[in-house]
Amino acid sequence: MPESVALDAVDRAIIEHLQGGFPISPQPYAVAATSLGIGEADLLARLQRLLDARVLTRFGPLFQVERMGGVFLLAAMHVPPARWSEVVDLVNSFPEVAHNYQRESAQQCAFNMWFVLASESDAAVATTIRRIEEASGLPVCAFPKLREYFVDMRLAVRA
Amino acid sequence: MRAPAAAGANLSLDAVDRALVIATQGGLPLVPQPYERLAEALGCSAQEVMGRLQSMLERGIIRRIGAVPNHYAIGYTANGMSVWDVPDEQIDEFGGKVGALDFVTHCYHRPRRLPDWPYNLFAMVHGSSRGEVLAKVAIIADLLSEACRAHDVLFSTRILKKTGLRISGSD
Repeated sequence: MPESVALDAVDRAIIEHLQGGFPISPQPYAVAATSLGIGEADLLARLQRLLDARVLTRFGPLFQVERMGGVFLLAAMHVPPARWSEVVDLVNSFPEVAHNYQRESAQQCAFNMWFVLASESDAAVATTIRRIEEASGLPVCAFPKLREYFVDMRLAVRA
Repeated sequence: MRAPAAAGANLSLDAVDRALVIATQGGLPLVPQPYERLAEALGCSAQEVMGRLQSMLERGIIRRIGAVPNHYAIGYTANGMSVWDVPDEQIDEFGGKVGALDFVTHCYHRPRRLPDWPYNLFAMVHGSSRGEVLAKVAIIADLLSEACRAHDVLFSTRILKKTGLRISGSD
């Protein structure tokens, strides 16, 4: 995980106010910069610095893959500690694995590896799950979304 | 008041939308006229790029355009996936209420996997510490009250991979 990076007030304003609503107009950075009270060149330089420092993972459109006919699927495994690094490498080697997290709970939850598969069809996701199971010899448990109540990752800056 | 997430129809993309997704999924060009730059790469006009992006926003294919922060780097070092066992007949009612809490970033109904996994409601909670996340989880527990039969909080201890969406340009 990256360490916290020192952010000044302008950086914070950029992160907080530009998590959505970036203009779709010929010179959008100039418009956004004006609303932040800075110049276009300053905004562009700061965005580049925030991306280089990995404070931002991206600057651009955030897509909803399901609306493109694609599939996001949460899946989980219980990986024995002795096989941990081997199975991490195996699971991460699949390009369909978009995110992968190690998780723990106070109640010794049944699964310690949680990943998200992103692909273009249910069939492609099912194939990936089967390949992971065959290659690891471990069961993969799928947690498809039955209903989405809310999604919005916009967060205020704490750093 | 936060609006619930809209239910989604599958809408496929035409070839130009698809090329635009592939060209922008890594980010917008950091140049004064990014849509012009994309138009040059795609062989169309900036007007068309802007019109298509606007249309994808309106159709929900694009959730939003802007900065995607690394939440660890902006101070959210604790992220808890809270999971709840709620009666199926009440899950939409409670899912809507939990999803409306301002500290919940994602909230879904997912299947139970008995006997290992009795939980059917998932709510992500972010905070600067595990203590803060647990305090927020306690608010959810109060809201669900007796409707919740069991719950747990899974903290991420390590990011093993994070690449985000990549659709391929091959087909």
